[in-house]
Amino acid sequence: MSIATTFSWSLRHAFARPTWTLTEPFAVERKFPRPSDVRLAVDNLNLYINDAHILKNVSVSIPQNKITCIIGPSGCGKSTLLRTLNRLVDTNEGIKISGNVNFGTQDIISAKGSDITEIRRNIGLVPQRPCPLPMSIYDNVAYGCRIHGIRKKAKLDVIVRHYLEAVGLWEEVKSRLNAPANGLSIGQQQRLCLARSLAVEPSYLLADESTSALDPISSKKIEELFVKLKENYSIVMVTHTLRQALRIADYVIFMYLGEVIEQGPANEVFNNPQHSLTKNYLSGAFS
Amino acid sequence: MIVFPTPVQTTLLFYMNYRYLKDKVAGHLMFVLSALSLLLVVSMGVGLYLKSAPILADHSLWSLISASEWKPMKNEFGFFPFIMGTAWVTVLAVAFALPISLLMAVFLTEYSRPWLRRYVFPLLDILAGLPSVIYGVWGTLLIVPWISEFVAPSLSRSSSGYTVLAGGIVLGVMAIPLLVSLFIELFSNVSQDFREAALALGATRWQTVKHIVLRKSLPGLIAAVVLAVSRTLGETIAVLMVCGNLAVAPGGLLDACYPIPALIANNYGEMLSLPLYESALMFAAFILFFVVLVFNLFSRIVLRKVTQY
Repeated sequence: MSIATTFSWSLRHAFARPTWTLTEPFAVERKFPRPSDVRLAVDNLNLYINDAHILKNVSVSIPQNKITCIIGPSGCGKSTLLRTLNRLVDTNEGIKISGNVNFGTQDIISAKGSDITEIRRNIGLVPQRPCPLPMSIYDNVAYGCRIHGIRKKAKLDVIVRHYLEAVGLWEEVKSRLNAPANGLSIGQQQRLCLARSLAVEPSYLLADESTSALDPISSKKIEELFVKLKENYSIVMVTHTLRQALRIADYVIFMYLGEVIEQGPANEVFNNPQHSLTKNYLSGAFS
Repeated sequence: MIVFPTPVQTTLLFYMNYRYLKDKVAGHLMFVLSALSLLLVVSMGVGLYLKSAPILADHSLWSLISASEWKPMKNEFGFFPFIMGTAWVTVLAVAFALPISLLMAVFLTEYSRPWLRRYVFPLLDILAGLPSVIYGVWGTLLIVPWISEFVAPSLSRSSSGYTVLAGGIVLGVMAIPLLVSLFIELFSNVSQDFREAALALGATRWQTVKHIVLRKSLPGLIAAVVLAVSRTLGETIAVLMVCGNLAVAPGGLLDACYPIPALIANNYGEMLSLPLYESALMFAAFILFFVVLVFNLFSRIVLRKVTQY
């Protein structure tokens, strides 16, 4: 072999784009280390915002692989409880918290730095109003993986396809993955948000009235997805629609003025409420 | 039978018509005022062009902007040093002010505690409202000696201190309050939902800023920078005081320069016995006008490109 050939070979080798194919073992759903203990429990939680007592002695434990619905009238602290679970309350000013929120062996309230981002990865959020990030459809799903260090295009391609299929969006968007995500319909956007949250492999999904901004058909689709997803995820959902809670809840937490009044398996709470407040709320006396 | 309206009805009728009349008059008045401001821009451009026509008839456009000799008494008008002076100072000022004000705005909106904001905002407003002569004095008293006694010797050069660098720093400092308050406005307009969406995926605050907040406010950022550049281009008094005013194209940061606004301010009304001299100064103003115009138009085009998200 002449020197020139060797030279050109090595040059070609140096400048060739790495053709990374999926030969190395890579499981789409096992990208990140999974904590061994994923129980989520709130114990004696008190929360104040600027001296207003928002959550009062809240103690709940979230069952695994079930849909837990938090119901209650407006302003009773449902959303705040939800946002405490993944520390999004940090964005509010003047927060004071006491009590314990445990994710496995980890205390969520006292978590700092990289622990918080790891908790938020493990406890995903599906927002009330679909909120696609200002990027393409592809990048929206890939974003979570990118910020957690997965940057190889071949891997991301697989991930994006997998999770778009999981929320039933792949067929609708596969021809325009690079189009801006805010061009989708509102129902599609919400499913995209769901795919985005699923892509970082959370153990929990927090849904804060995730269907309230959607039309009936889109919200039915999301509901069906939740029912399907509870095989692999535990879902905590705040809802204002009792019908929705009746349809899909396995476990119900009823809150009133910052307190948990009653909690238990859905059919018990709905069919045989113990507390008079729950009875009144369920019969539509107040909302 | 003819029915005459009662006096009450007549008054009512009058007032009803009067109401619509007022609406019409207001609409037309506002249209005329808007049209006038538009006309003002056009008339300024035309006026400057007409005033600079004599020198354009005497010299070719290309020779005017490419020649380096500035000797009005000998009928030599080369604008190259002034154009370069303006370009150097402006680019330096923006390069200096942009990163600082961007980081300041990010800190104030995303990281700082609210009480700090309460103190910093009024301070920024004061800084933005200071007359530029004060910045000029500050530059001559502080920045110019600092450059001549510290910066230049440490680079083993000698310099009077009246340099491009001094102009860039002073103009940059002047642009910072404007840019910071514009940026803060932009960042706080980015919906909290976007931040929470990114945070909920496990992004750090810096990642959220980088990928979401900056991305979302990019069109606004560009518009803000254009505004700052336009202001910097036209800033006169401060640069006049610190730039050295030497009609030679600067070759580096430690050379003196002579930006166009300083040229006009220094010489207008002085030697207007030479008819071409006045025309030359008007031509300088026309260049400035033209650059600001083109720059704004160009930014419009860029803005249209980036607003798709």
